[in-house]
Amino acid sequence: MRVNNIPNVRTCIAPLTEDVTVETQDTFASWPKETHNTSATKADACTVDVLIVGGGPAGLEAAVQAAKQNAKVLLVDENQQLGGQLIKQTHKFFGSKQENAGTRGVTIAKELEETVQDHTGIELLLESTVIGFYEDTSSDYFTFAVSKRKGYESSIVKVQAKTVIFAVGAMENMLLFPGNDLPGVYGAGAVQTLMNVYGVKPGNHVLMVGAGNVGLIVSYQLLQAGILVDRVVEAAPIIGGYHVHAAKLRRCGVPIYTRHSIKEIIGSDHVEAAVVVRLDENWQEIPGSEKTIECDTVCLAVGLTPSTRLLSQMGVKMYTIAEAGGFVAIHDDYMQTSVPGVFVAGDNSGIEEASTAMIEGKIAGVAAAIQTGKTSTKQAKELLDIFASELASLRAGPFGEKPRIAKQKIQTFWRKNQ
Amino acid sequence: MKPYERTGVLSVNDLKIPSEKQLEKGVAITECVQEIPCNPCVDSCPVDAISMNDINAPPVVDYNKCIACGQCVGVCPGLAIFVVKKQNEKGLLTLPYEFLPVPKKDEVVETIDRDGEQIGEGVIKRVKKQGKTIVVTVELDAKDLMNARHIKVREKDE
Repeated sequence: MRVNNIPNVRTCIAPLTEDVTVETQDTFASWPKETHNTSATKADACTVDVLIVGGGPAGLEAAVQAAKQNAKVLLVDENQQLGGQLIKQTHKFFGSKQENAGTRGVTIAKELEETVQDHTGIELLLESTVIGFYEDTSSDYFTFAVSKRKGYESSIVKVQAKTVIFAVGAMENMLLFPGNDLPGVYGAGAVQTLMNVYGVKPGNHVLMVGAGNVGLIVSYQLLQAGILVDRVVEAAPIIGGYHVHAAKLRRCGVPIYTRHSIKEIIGSDHVEAAVVVRLDENWQEIPGSEKTIECDTVCLAVGLTPSTRLLSQMGVKMYTIAEAGGFVAIHDDYMQTSVPGVFVAGDNSGIEEASTAMIEGKIAGVAAAIQTGKTSTKQAKELLDIFASELASLRAGPFGEKPRIAKQKIQTFWRKNQ
Repeated sequence: MKPYERTGVLSVNDLKIPSEKQLEKGVAITECVQEIPCNPCVDSCPVDAISMNDINAPPVVDYNKCIACGQCVGVCPGLAIFVVKKQNEKGLLTLPYEFLPVPKKDEVVETIDRDGEQIGEGVIKRVKKQGKTIVVTVELDAKDLMNARHIKVREKDE
């Protein structure tokens, strides 16, 4: 989108001001003729022990742990507020005491944010995006360009870091069907942000596609916001999310149809109805089973894909692992990738959930601090063992099977590459 | 495949049913049957009546130890714990309630089963705030104690 004549603005996270002009931009932007401050002739620069990209659950925990081990940390996040997806999670977390079980995501975000802000070893750069990695053979440090926004304009900060932890999260998956580009079709995560962060009602009558935990939780939160959820359709033969989340919806009168999917959307300039269809045992549509459902909103909760572009640019070894949600960096037990000093944590190292992301963040934070030489290896190694066993216990059950397989495959590829 | 994996609705047979005597004393029913990594209910219990082999195991309530205090009801992230207590022909059901408006004491509400169907009426006896979770106790027909799992506050004509 073009905002006040400035191209390539991500309007979904740009703050709104009075008299702002927002225009669509369907092609590459032409270079702006005026108002855009691209000069940045003298770039700001800073040098740190650990650069953390992404201030969600994994990045925040990584920052806290690295700083506790005496490392000088810079935490960069593109949003105005720290917390990543935690800030829209109004439901209580599962897990054990160590992972804040029973506490709502939004409260966990607040507590972590306070810890990070109080720690003198952590510097924050909000509304800023790491836009690229640059080769600098004259230095032992990794060099990154960070675009720092102010209003709709931006300047560049040069960051040099001994180590870097990528905790950038994931993107919501889209489904292919006629009408999927009509206004009213959302990712379930986007709907959660609109409702729970911005206080905006996304629609009045919702069809939810996908009965994993995201689909079930967002459906329930739509009900809490006073919005009608017509039904949940799920292509798989069983509900993928926790039964307890499904039970909450069912007792509120929302039906869940397994082996059902969306076929198409009816509407000319917005969603007016959706056609759902039953699937057979081979996941094929059963002709004649179509049903038209009046709705103004269709929510897609059909999985996530790790965000890994910066990792690709840095040349870390990556593989496509279905159970991890796509293309991911292989890493060792301490979350270090094939490029020494480059770490990953959270969803960008394989799709999972916030509790395990937080522990991966802790591991990466301590491991990165060890790498910088700022901490006693023995004491820090003990911490790593504790975190590793917490992680293993969270993944031990049947719902941990997919990430368990993903991490086993990552380990196998890692050993092959040694 | 168990039916609830497809429907999201448990049957009473999926649960450990308390004896008549335990029902009269009052017990917590954990409608949490899957192995999920979660254990705040165990920590919340003041009399160690809830146990778990490991963090992934479903909780087991010792109905003899349970004092029906309801601490676990407001703690459970899955909103899956209910306290039931039989009093002659009536029953008291304690459940978490996360909708607005919050019902008031003595208000008449609809009682709803696991399938979302109304099965009767109840009277609100207590409204408690546990953290940010509202925990409500509703008096209903004793026969509905093991079936009612939700309430619906009636819309008022303003």
